Amino acid sequence: MADEVVLLDFWPSMFGIRVRIALAEKGVKYEYKEEDLKNKSPLLLQMNPVHKKIPVLIHNGRPVCESPIIVQYIDEVWKDKAPLLPSDPYQRAQARFWVDFIDKKMYDSSRKTWTTKGEEQEAAKKEFFEVLKTLEGQLGDKPFFGGDNFGYVDLSLIPFYCWFYTYETCGKFSVEAECPKFIAWVKRCLQRETVAKALPDGKKVFEFVSVMRTNLGLE
Amino acid sequence: MSKGEVVLLDCWASPFCLRAKIALAEKGVEYEARAENLFGGKSDLLLKSNPIYKKVPVLLHDGKPLCESTIIVNYIDETWPSPPLLPSCAYERAKARFWSDFIDKKVFDAVCNIWKSKGEVPETAKNEFIEILKQLEGALGEKDFFGGDSLGFVDVIAIPLTCWFYAVEKFGGFKVENECPKFSAWMNKCMQRETVARILPDPEKVYEFVITLRNMFGIE
Repeated sequence: MADEVVLLDFWPSMFGIRVRIALAEKGVKYEYKEEDLKNKSPLLLQMNPVHKKIPVLIHNGRPVCESPIIVQYIDEVWKDKAPLLPSDPYQRAQARFWVDFIDKKMYDSSRKTWTTKGEEQEAAKKEFFEVLKTLEGQLGDKPFFGGDNFGYVDLSLIPFYCWFYTYETCGKFSVEAECPKFIAWVKRCLQRETVAKALPDGKKVFEFVSVMRTNLGLE
Repeated sequence: MSKGEVVLLDCWASPFCLRAKIALAEKGVEYEARAENLFGGKSDLLLKSNPIYKKVPVLLHDGKPLCESTIIVNYIDETWPSPPLLPSCAYERAKARFWSDFIDKKVFDAVCNIWKSKGEVPETAKNEFIEILKQLEGALGEKDFFGGDSLGFVDVIAIPLTCWFYAVEKFGGFKVENECPKFSAWMNKCMQRETVARILPDPEKVYEFVITLRNMFGIE
């Protein structure tokens, strides 16, 4: 029986990109449906009535929501290829911890680098660098967060990279200058075809954000 | 059943610590609970084991630390597989994780919005709390437990929060039993389970603890 896989998504969403990378790693064919977040489709509202957010993976008509949950689901269903989570329960718990850390800390701090100005923006930049340095510490000398292989944590973090041009331009800073190890990790991930194909161009994201910033009175 | 040394850095009133305790009890795992003084001074072990958040619970399995209660419960379930807390079907597992994540995002914040209110609790805070319980009632459906016929992952994640509900009812001037009878019925079913009844603290004691917290935060 052929699997029917649909992804409700929004092109610059780092959470959606996670799912796209996971599906690509597993070689899963799927239908991509772009959502207009100002005018959400009846399908999205029906498939994610609780949060009404993307991404939503619809597998044979059944929805799975929340990107870390979707990625774990993909890893469990298409388990014969490209394991994303480690097989050892302790390593798995560590991987989940770091994705949870990224979700708790990376999104809010990075978002504030382009949605605020003045003192608030300076505080946001400081927090953002602290998060990156913590992650650098966790990476250590390993090529990937998963060790020798690209895995769950790498996949969950790398989508933020397509927003770095936006953070750096709005916040007037350079990630490479402050966190060179982090950028070295980014470059290793980008060598992966699944990642390179899934990440939209950073300048396109910036164009999209510029419109939002004008609306927020920041331009 | 012995698979190494298990220590839990704990605080008796923390619903997050209670999750780990119930999971360990359900699996029949012996462990040492070490009480942390969250206001007097956290132990060196806690600060070393959870440098990122410096919070309880922390599970130490043969000295290796695990943090964040939902991740800890997941680890307990995988390390001591019997009886299973998460379902075996990948889709049902995703659903269990979804509701567990919903509970984590919504319930405790709603609880705190009520007991942290100065003076009369705003209607919005009460309504939000009740609305969240109603959504959980929808997820429960006609089942006895979120896990189906027996206690499962979502039940373990949810039930410890309910020992804070008495305090919320006193401050908010309402009863969960009246507003969300199905949810109340689920709470009673969980309390019939020996592990849950034994481990959950007396809600009166939690209420007294909340009063202490309010005094500490200068809330009247």
